[in-house]
Amino acid sequence: MIAEAAGKNEETLEISEGMSVSDLKDQQIKKYQIPDPESVQLAVNQDLESSVELNEGDEVAFLPPFAGG
Amino acid sequence: MRYERQIKLNEVGSSGQARLHKASVLIVGVGGLGCPAAQYLTGAGVGKIGLMDHDKVSITNLHRQVLYTESDIGKPKALVAVNKLRQLNSEVQLIPIEESLNIENAKLWFSQFDLIIDGTDNFETKYLINDACILTGKPWIYASIYKNEGQISVFNYRNGPTYRCLFPSPTRENISCEATGVLGVTPGILGTMQAAEALKVLLDIGNVLSGKLKLINILSGTEQTLTIKAKPGEIELIKVNGIQPVRVNCEIGDKKRIYLDVREEFELPTVVSENVIHIPLGKLEERFEEIPNEQEVLVFCQSGSRSLKAIDLLKENFGFHNLKNVEGGIETIING
Repeated sequence: MIAEAAGKNEETLEISEGMSVSDLKDQQIKKYQIPDPESVQLAVNQDLESSVELNEGDEVAFLPPFAGG
Repeated sequence: MRYERQIKLNEVGSSGQARLHKASVLIVGVGGLGCPAAQYLTGAGVGKIGLMDHDKVSITNLHRQVLYTESDIGKPKALVAVNKLRQLNSEVQLIPIEESLNIENAKLWFSQFDLIIDGTDNFETKYLINDACILTGKPWIYASIYKNEGQISVFNYRNGPTYRCLFPSPTRENISCEATGVLGVTPGILGTMQAAEALKVLLDIGNVLSGKLKLINILSGTEQTLTIKAKPGEIELIKVNGIQPVRVNCEIGDKKRIYLDVREEFELPTVVSENVIHIPLGKLEERFEEIPNEQEVLVFCQSGSRSLKAIDLLKENFGFHNLKNVEGGIETIING
């Protein structure tokens, strides 16, 4: 869903000193106009956690809710 | 004899088989996910299985709900599923529940089973399952599909995280009500994995997918497992305040037409749109004046039968001649 909005599956980003996961989320949501940002969860290195500071080499996954069955 | 091949496994053994025989599972939604889950759990000899679905079999179900056949089209899924599964294993007590899950009936049904399998396809019911499981102390096996991707986790298992710990803010988006398309195998795989998690919980074996969310992409062949932490505040809120209904508005297929929704207020999914009038069947006699009587009005309910009654009533008592029934009910409307 988010990959569709962004038109890509992954992207390598430069991060600024002291950037947190939620900063990154805000930045990317704006950049790709991802709808309904509040419901989107982020996982840093496979851990669903939104308050930590990012380090070089971290992998961040964007997870939208979906409900099909 | 019947269970010989699974009893042979050290993790099962005859004590495990006896344990399964005493166990019970409620499957909410007997569709793409619920069918395979029901088939494997029936095969495995789970003692009691409840099959809850208010829907009828349609031809567009058959590519993924392979429990059903062409001759089942138009028949209630819960009843058809029970009849098929009984042929697979007559030792299992199979209970057809021809209802949709709602705030009124959720806790009562959940309290009669050991665990719940989520075979639903909408956010409202997933949050409802979550809250009712917290309140009745039952674990539940969640799965969701979007196109070629699936998610699965076990929630509310031994004080583990719940669906609200994963997604605390329900989506406000008018998405996923439209059918997005899916290969039949995708829910088939996820539903089968749900059955596997159910067996692990019931037998108390292996590593249950609690505190973890597994993501599977059928096309890329990749999977990821994310760690989820419990958010005690989210769980406590439900324990204190009870079920918190979540409403996600669905888009209506055709905005130019006028619709009359004769369902009760608690029925899901909610449809809020300028071109939809809501009057429950029981209130039509006092509120019929709110319905336009010149241009065509499409009348719908959950399945298409109450709306027929509504049309008869409005025609005979109040002379409406502009009403048309929506066959197949709400699903037809939101899927266009």
